[in-house]
Amino acid sequence: MSVITFTIDGEQYSAKEGDTILQVARDNKIPIPTLCYLEGLSTFGACRLCVVEIEGSPKLFPACTTKPTESMVVRTSTDKLKKYRRMIVELLASEGNHQCAVCVVNGHCELQDLAYEVELDHVRFPYLFPKKSLDATHKDFVIDRNRCVLCTRCVRVCHEVEAAHVWDIAGRGIDCEIIADLNQPWGTSPSCTSCGKCVRVCPTGALFDKGAAVGEMQKESGFIKFIVNARNKHEWVRTAHEEE
Amino acid sequence: MTVEDLRELAEKEQARQAEYEHRILYCSSAGCVSSGCDAVKNELKKAIGELDLSKKCEMIGTGCLGLCGEGPLVFVSSGPTLYQHVDAAAARRIVEEHIGQGKKVKENEIDLNDPFFASQKKIVLENMGKINAESIEEYIAADGYEALAKALTEMIPEEVISEIRKAGLRGRGGAGYPTGLKWDIVRKGVADQKYVVCNADEGDPGAFMDRSVLEGDPHRVLEGMAIAGYAVGANQGFIYVRAEYPLAIDRLKTAIKQAERLGLLGNGIFESHFNFRIDIRIGAGAFVCGEETALLRSVMGRRGRPKVRPPYPSEKGLWDKPTVINNVETYANVAPILRNGSGWFAAIGTQKSPGTKVFAIAGNVKRPGLIEVPMGIALRKIIFDIGGGTPEGTKFKAAQAGGPSGGCIPTEHLDILVDYESLQTVGAMMGSGGMIVIDDTSNMVEVAKYFSEFCMDESCGKCIPCRVGTKHIYMMLDKIVKGEATENDFDLLKELCVMVKETSLCGLGQSAPNGVISTVRFFKDEYLSKLKKSAEGNTHLNESSSVPVVKEA
Ligand SMILES: Cc1cc2nc3c(=O)[nH]c(=O)nc-3n(C[C@H](O)[C@H](O)[C@H](O)COP(=O)(O)O)c2cc1C
Ligand code: SF4
Ligand code: FES
Repeated sequence: MSVITFTIDGEQYSAKEGDTILQVARDNKIPIPTLCYLEGLSTFGACRLCVVEIEGSPKLFPACTTKPTESMVVRTSTDKLKKYRRMIVELLASEGNHQCAVCVVNGHCELQDLAYEVELDHVRFPYLFPKKSLDATHKDFVIDRNRCVLCTRCVRVCHEVEAAHVWDIAGRGIDCEIIADLNQPWGTSPSCTSCGKCVRVCPTGALFDKGAAVGEMQKESGFIKFIVNARNKHEWVRTAHEEE
Repeated sequence: MTVEDLRELAEKEQARQAEYEHRILYCSSAGCVSSGCDAVKNELKKAIGELDLSKKCEMIGTGCLGLCGEGPLVFVSSGPTLYQHVDAAAARRIVEEHIGQGKKVKENEIDLNDPFFASQKKIVLENMGKINAESIEEYIAADGYEALAKALTEMIPEEVISEIRKAGLRGRGGAGYPTGLKWDIVRKGVADQKYVVCNADEGDPGAFMDRSVLEGDPHRVLEGMAIAGYAVGANQGFIYVRAEYPLAIDRLKTAIKQAERLGLLGNGIFESHFNFRIDIRIGAGAFVCGEETALLRSVMGRRGRPKVRPPYPSEKGLWDKPTVINNVETYANVAPILRNGSGWFAAIGTQKSPGTKVFAIAGNVKRPGLIEVPMGIALRKIIFDIGGGTPEGTKFKAAQAGGPSGGCIPTEHLDILVDYESLQTVGAMMGSGGMIVIDDTSNMVEVAKYFSEFCMDESCGKCIPCRVGTKHIYMMLDKIVKGEATENDFDLLKELCVMVKETSLCGLGQSAPNGVISTVRFFKDEYLSKLKKSAEGNTHLNESSSVPVVKEA
């Protein structure tokens, strides 16, 4: 297998063929914010938080889907990138109805973490206050679409790992929504196995265990990598790092 | 069918046509259909019957004759004469006087030496007004399928690609990517199956170039696709047409059946080992499905959402197989290039953008319609010589080129040359060929608002910058139009536009802010004059802007 040498933020790194810029950065503890990316699932390349600059191109590239080439020069945290990432989180904050103080994941929320990471101290865009629904018809779980950021982790984990494909997206543009099966109450879904994977991988409080109170819901998305790894490589190991 | 059979068929058809002294060709494209060409057709038919002139003339439905604003149009081959505003009465006079007595109907005649016609150069539209859109024999009589015959019997695939490369043909769907290069990548791809796809989604508001080609000369597109199939080693083609084009879909279906009947599509074409079939896929009204990765997903029956490239369709397209995807007009250029040679094509237009481009001119212009001009023509010529300029009493203000995501070109750049590179220097783009003329009765902020609303509505919602960004861009423009925005809002709008452009996933989001960016660049005053002074600008947005989210109560 060939090895590629390239530069991230002035330091040289090597990558195995097939590695993405994000994987190399993670392995070397270079922070690049992500939201739609989740190890173990297919890449989606849609939140655009992980965009990086590559020397010689005027475009920006998502680190989660871009593979390095020999001698590539990558920059992950220029002022421009920081500004854009901040604006992306700002747009997300204006899009949904995110009320941290009354949310089940308050304190353990990836959207909240991102807001801190990009230093989002205020939102310049008007809040859209969309009318979104909450579905508590499932016996164990609830989906509150007010808190959904449309990362499609639930859609992908359900399709790719659980192979049930309960979730998908309806509508387009600003009206996109996560729906169960043929846009029916979750509790009536004949394909849902109640495995709960979607609830664990959801970065926000949009999917949560029934009965969880404010701040009580802890997510656990690292186990997807464990399952996929165990299936594909028959390696049944869990490192502390993955359990984060 | 052999090449000899094809030539024999062509000669037979030419002889048949020569039996008539006159051919009356009425435009049967959607534009003239909607301005009432059916009544014209019926009257022509009735008059020919009543005056017993059916031995002297034949009547044919043909492709778009160009001057759509003056329809219904009727072309008579003897003369040759083009008639405009033909109603039932005029139709009867054409038969009685022109056919019957050899006298032209002066009241309806259009001068064919007018710059509208003289400044044009027809390659893609060469058969419009010449052949019956629903007859494969007429297409063959006009050298149709000669290029496919030549490719299959005289050339190896590499030679076909080399001809296309030497001709310098570039994609007419927007980005102008070299077609030969694309085909070469697909040909070199190692796979058990490859595909050829035709992008006929044409979603730009006001654009009808591809529709006109499909309605008026569908075989030209089939022939181009079959040649592409031979060049890259594909045996299956798909045409993705939007559902809003029922007439184009009908004509394509008819054309495919006719070609299959004659063995010009199917197995062992021209007794070679080359097999090629074409199927139609119908879109469901999403602009984003014109974007190639979304289109391919839609062809496969999935949700039409763009994907991150690379991998490009030429590496992993339909069902992950190497796939050529080109625009209708791109394919329409292929047969003429093989027939006339790459040198002939390369000599037309400019060195970097050879050939012609079809434009659909609309908006505040005297003569809207469908035109084909050599690349590198001055914009001024298109708008004033061909389009006749803006209506009486108004002044030209800007031309909007490149569809909803294009840019506005102001008066001071009227002498710009229309080719891929030049247009980009003023923040516009070639796009697929929509051109909207704007006069001084329009406000440019409202123009920008109109296009940004389109982009917002058509955003697929996959990536955050486009999904939420286009919504805010639209809302801010609305606020400016209403006179409620401040300078802060304007600055934020500009910042947001650049960010959406640079971070969006696909071409829709990446170009959605262009309308705003270009109108801000050239018509900044129109924005500024609508802004409130900061002191009075204490609007809701300003309040919420200054209140930090994390704040002790
Ligand atoms: C939002 C969007 C819409 C598009 N719509 C069309 C379209 O309607 N027709 C088309 O031919 N190309 C369209 N394109 C361009 C295609 O993605 C692609 O570049 C083209 O089909 C390639 O063909 P060409 O090389 O022959 O131009 C669109 C691109 C984007 C980003
Ligand atoms: S830019 Fe718009 S249309 Fe393209 S992927 Fe993003 S949301 Fe979808
Ligand atoms: S993490 Fe790369 S685009 Fe979302």
